[in-house]
Amino acid sequence: MLSRVADSIYWLNRYVERAENVARFVDVNLNLLLDAPPGMEQQWEPLVRTTGDQALFKARYEDASAENILRFLTFDREYPNSIISCLRSARENARSVREIISSEMWEQVNSFYLMVNEAADGGLLSELHNFFPEVKMASHLFAGVMDATMAHTEGWHFGQLGRLLERADKTARILDVKYYILLPSVTDVGSPLDDLQWIALLKSASAYEMYRKCQYRITPRGVTEFLILNREFPRSIQFCLIEAERSLHQISGTSMGTWRTGSDRALGRLRSELDYLTIDEITQRGLHEFLDDLQTRLNTVGKQVFSDFFALEPASLP
Amino acid sequence: MLFDAYDPGDFFDELFLSQGQPRPEAELLVRRVNVMSLVELQQRQKAVQNALFKLGVTFNVYSDNQGTERIFPFDVIPRIVPGHEWEWIEKGLKQRIYAINCFIHDVYNDQKILNDGVIPRHVVESAPGFLKPCMGLNPPNNIWCHITGTDLVRDKEGTWYVLEDNMRCPSGVSYVLENRRVMKNTFPHLFAAMDIAAVDDYASQLLETLLNLVPETLINPRVAVLTPGMYNSAYFEHSFLAQQIGAELVEGRDLVVSDGYLKMRTTKGLERVDVVYRRIDDDFIDPLAFRSDSLLGVPGLMEVYRAGRVAIANALGTGVADDKLIYAYVPQMIRYYLDEDQLIPNVPTYLCEDATQQAHVLDHLDQLVVKATNASGGYGMLVGPHATAEERAEFGDRIRANPRGYIAQPTLCLSRVPTLIDGSFEGCHVDLRPYILYGQDVYVNPGGLTRVALQRGSLVVNSSQGGGSKDTWVVKSIDPNAKLPIQFGGVSV
Repeated sequence: MLSRVADSIYWLNRYVERAENVARFVDVNLNLLLDAPPGMEQQWEPLVRTTGDQALFKARYEDASAENILRFLTFDREYPNSIISCLRSARENARSVREIISSEMWEQVNSFYLMVNEAADGGLLSELHNFFPEVKMASHLFAGVMDATMAHTEGWHFGQLGRLLERADKTARILDVKYYILLPSVTDVGSPLDDLQWIALLKSASAYEMYRKCQYRITPRGVTEFLILNREFPRSIQFCLIEAERSLHQISGTSMGTWRTGSDRALGRLRSELDYLTIDEITQRGLHEFLDDLQTRLNTVGKQVFSDFFALEPASLP
Repeated sequence: MLFDAYDPGDFFDELFLSQGQPRPEAELLVRRVNVMSLVELQQRQKAVQNALFKLGVTFNVYSDNQGTERIFPFDVIPRIVPGHEWEWIEKGLKQRIYAINCFIHDVYNDQKILNDGVIPRHVVESAPGFLKPCMGLNPPNNIWCHITGTDLVRDKEGTWYVLEDNMRCPSGVSYVLENRRVMKNTFPHLFAAMDIAAVDDYASQLLETLLNLVPETLINPRVAVLTPGMYNSAYFEHSFLAQQIGAELVEGRDLVVSDGYLKMRTTKGLERVDVVYRRIDDDFIDPLAFRSDSLLGVPGLMEVYRAGRVAIANALGTGVADDKLIYAYVPQMIRYYLDEDQLIPNVPTYLCEDATQQAHVLDHLDQLVVKATNASGGYGMLVGPHATAEERAEFGDRIRANPRGYIAQPTLCLSRVPTLIDGSFEGCHVDLRPYILYGQDVYVNPGGLTRVALQRGSLVVNSSQGGGSKDTWVVKSIDPNAKLPIQFGGVSV
């Protein structure tokens, strides 16, 4: 498979997943605010901090009002990680590999793009409560269509790899939103308000029902453990790492548990560390520090994938 | 009776002899359409357009900085060419391809035709498409123009002419294949009742043409389609053809010259490429040999090509035959190489580099079509009768400044085909671009792309200039007793 083609399928999936997750972590905040007691200060700035793009935001907007932040994250065409920009990039990548992916995939990403554009042209931020669920559903549709219509060969595995690495990263960020929001008032821990916030967080990761089935009581410890270490829930970080590693080994042809390329090694090492970590060890180290480090290492995996498969240079140039 | 009101007027109409009198080969079609209501026909037209959009049969427009794709407008009323006429066209096209191929090989090798003074040497040497680095090249089987899309037109009397030879990267064949696919769904009974030549073997013929370029000893040769990328106006076609023949679709940045071979960057390392079907112009293909500012090509490709380690279709240097001044000499080529008379005539052409002819052109700018000798796609041309006085004056200056750069032709009154516009049939001017492959022998895909000028009275049919397309039916034989197998609304037709 051409490196450029693999790269495009990988990024097509990353961008679709990214759009979905931006929708998710904006949604978590909207939900939290709905349940917040009147008079409590609105917390929007943490959203920008979790994207890591504060500098970009500050350069483009004067104050961190709810409206500015929502516009930045959803419909800002100049900001490369806004929902609308993600869809534009996803569609461009899809267009460049149309003869490789299935036409159903192309149609789905195309209508997803058109839907977001239409919403942007409408421009009503008050409609956003309906918009975010639509974005999530369109992303699920895309993943389902790809699973059901594209041969599960190398290209498909590159797509999976992109989607799962992106999802692991974004689940970490969604958890971090909660961290930032709690930070100013540690005294709230354990209060009914705190409980509501954890429920909202689970719901935003579509994890609430699945969590109930295996844990009953909602505790900070239980929720973080579920979203980081659970091996069966498809949005938990460890699940993403396990499946990403499976796809990576299908691509590289190396057997599981061994490594040949830098990406095999970086991803395998991260996954196996999480295999033996407990949630108590994570909280001892500090949840935020742990998530921060995890994101850095996921970036390293991404860079390794790039240099192992996409950025090939010949030994001798003419 | 939708066609009752249609008046072919004072034009050559491809479907009608006169008002209410269809040509024999169009009779069934006209009967079929006449039992439909306007609403039904419009619905079908819309269904076809939707199908094409959904299939993504689109093109990009260079000037459109939105980067958006548009559908190439499609009209459901086909153009029909009777079988006996097609046989003659096919013969004429083959003759032309053989002769032009001999010419290209000759000018890059022995230059006999120049030494014998049949074509003036300066005509070839001043052509921008004549590439010095290609001197002495011997492509496999001495074939240079593997894929051609010759533009044909008919005048008011119905006489066929060759308008131009497109030897570099003619596009549009994907529309032929996709248009036919949707037309079969639109008029299934007509396809069942009429003997319409199939077009679907184009992809297999193209693949064979490309595989014909590698030595038989090479097992599992790798074929790649080289595209400038997805912002090119014909990107859909590049992607479509690659898919249809099972080739890799590559861009310049996917390719690299390494160890003397052309290779592509894959996730498993560098892999060799044996045949390149390039959809990039000569000048852009290797920045080391040609335009150094090209980002689309592959540095060092020319050297690999010269060494015979990769085959390229069409051969580099083929563009010399696209020059509109050289086009004027094709009758001489046919006589010189094949000792035959030209079957399909050229459009009479005035050479502006000749002082007498130039004077005539400048005096008659309001009647002539002026074309830049090195342009295509409807760019760089003046349609005299439709131009303003300023435009004509500007072209006059351009001609005087660069006589070699322009030719002029009479404004032909192109033949017309009824076309559905705003709920009624209008006669619209058409041309025809058949696709010709030169592999083991010359193959002409029956029919070709009928392009139609959708703006009232317009003579410019290019997709980049607001044209549309129609399916082209070559009707091999006409059965006078043919019946449509299904009854429509109780009327047997």
